[in-house]
Amino acid sequence: MSNSVIDVAPHGRFGIEGQAVRPRRWGEQVIGVALFGCALVSILTTVGIVIVLVAEAAQFFREVSIWEFLTGTEWSPKLENKFGILPLLCGTLLVMAGAAVIALPIGLLSAIYLSEYASSSVREVVKPVLEVLAGIPSVVFGYLAIVTISPLVRTIFPSAGVFNAASASIVVGFMVLPMVVSLSEDILRAVPRSLREAAYALGATKLDVTVKVVVPAAISGIVAAFLLALSRAIGETMAVALAAGNRPTLTINPLDEVQTMTAYIVQVSQGDTPAGTLEYRTIFAVGLALFVTTMFLNVLAQWFVARVREKYE
Amino acid sequence: MMQETTIDRPIMPLRPTSFPRERPSRTADDLAGRPPKISVDHLNFYYGPKQALSDVTLMIPQHCVTALIGPSGCGKSTFLRCLNRMNDMIDNTRVEGEIILDGRSILGPKVDVVALRKRVGMVFQKSNPFPKSVFENVAYGPRVAGVRGKSVLYEIVEKSLVRAALWDEVKDRLNDSALQLSGGQQQRLCIARALATNPDVLLMDEPASALDPASTSRIEDLIFELRDRYTIVIVTHNMQQAARVSDQTAFFYQGELIEAGSTNELFTNPARKQTEDYITGRFG
Ligand SMILES: Nc1ncnc2c1ncn2[C@@H]1O[C@H](COP(=O)(O)OP(=O)(O)OP(=O)(O)O)[C@@H](O)[C@H]1O
Ligand SMILES: [Mg+2]
Repeated sequence: MSNSVIDVAPHGRFGIEGQAVRPRRWGEQVIGVALFGCALVSILTTVGIVIVLVAEAAQFFREVSIWEFLTGTEWSPKLENKFGILPLLCGTLLVMAGAAVIALPIGLLSAIYLSEYASSSVREVVKPVLEVLAGIPSVVFGYLAIVTISPLVRTIFPSAGVFNAASASIVVGFMVLPMVVSLSEDILRAVPRSLREAAYALGATKLDVTVKVVVPAAISGIVAAFLLALSRAIGETMAVALAAGNRPTLTINPLDEVQTMTAYIVQVSQGDTPAGTLEYRTIFAVGLALFVTTMFLNVLAQWFVARVREKYE
Repeated sequence: MMQETTIDRPIMPLRPTSFPRERPSRTADDLAGRPPKISVDHLNFYYGPKQALSDVTLMIPQHCVTALIGPSGCGKSTFLRCLNRMNDMIDNTRVEGEIILDGRSILGPKVDVVALRKRVGMVFQKSNPFPKSVFENVAYGPRVAGVRGKSVLYEIVEKSLVRAALWDEVKDRLNDSALQLSGGQQQRLCIARALATNPDVLLMDEPASALDPASTSRIEDLIFELRDRYTIVIVTHNMQQAARVSDQTAFFYQGELIEAGSTNELFTNPARKQTEDYITGRFG
């Protein structure tokens, strides 16, 4: 039925105005559906990935118990049939912690400098440089780690191997640094000027204002930025695969060679492991573990933001 | 024949006889005999290319209340913010002329603005409490000035809150976030916060804009009480308030100081037509 007036009138929902309004409503519905379609693409992708991940991992856990997977201290799926994730998890967290030690303080202090101290001309130079740093491909960082940072680490600590967690940490730290700086800087600058003015008007110095007013007011956002950067550091692949090595080791010594979860996945997927074998399925089990770890960090970030917001708003 | 009376328009004339002031205003002679606390000389102020103040010359006598009046956007806040160099915070601003506080210039790059702001306190037009507890808000100024010790700070906080007519309402919730207070309570908190640093000069930008009549009247009492020890400059849109609390009134219009003089004189016998029109509510 193409006659809209007859269509609508019996329902009595639209009066005279209703007839005029109807074509616009139709247009809005089309737009609404189109936008929903776009949103659906990303939702379906996510759901699809999770389904594949869980389904394949379930196959894996039919042969290896979850308990063994979570508590085993050795990871040697090919040679010894040992499926303890702890060495990989430990390698991942070790690299992440090292990266955090580098990126968080330097990143926060740079952000404070840029938002509170730097003149606008300095800011205009520094921000593009940071963007360039953020745009350097990860494989370049990995290469840099092998040819420059690792030798440097070995000169300072002769006991370190060619591949070591420390070099990977340093390089991942610098990779996530631009993200920490630009997120934190945005958050600091979002602190209303009226708050700074209130403090300055009370005779506060720049340091007082920064440390006692601006940073506390922005702390929830800063913590969220830190956690996001950390989850990015955990997911980082190329650089750690190149720099940290490929030997799963349960250690907290940053000078040891370690293997991260991501590096393991790369190793197996690049090798000639036939699909459908147990070893092949380890990728999905490890991938699921990685996914859970990252999601835990993101949920933590959200929880933290909500908690602090509750306190202040 | 001004028969028409509305609530927010002043009734003309605002003669002290028809409005007996409970708080006597200082006379013109008294004002003239006082040393200037601040003297502003040929002040021009620019936001980028836009000139916001043109050639303002005004003497602010010690231990007096000076009211700044004028229509919205005429430059009252800008002028006030020049007096504690708060406009430094805004990019691309430029100031010309001279401002002398206690015989010394406060303009120029060599002035210690931190020390200046300890002496010249400010209550902002929009209340801006820190996202901290009520106590920490008021204690902030004393803390940055180096006051230590919980009991000393507590004493200062209590005294400031009492003076700002807020103590009774918040004495049981000093540790609650200041952002949970109502708008009017936040405004009084900001007044208490400014008082806690014990400045020489107090700049108040519409300190009673969000207050009910009772709190307004207590703030006006406070201003009167502070007058003997502080020098106060207050911006207000409320003509009766200017008439009630101030000794000197300055009328701004489009960035210019049109007229300044003792409050009695300016309200009963304005020299300029524009002033008369404004205070009688014919424009602005
Ligand atoms: N940060 C700024 N940047 C550019 N222009 C500004 C800025 N602040 C104020 N102005 C302009 O300067 C002029 C004076 O503003 P000001 O805030 O001093 O007015 P006011 O008299 O305090 O007004 P109100 O009574 O509404 O508070 C206005 O035209 C305003 O638009
Ligand atoms: Mg104003």
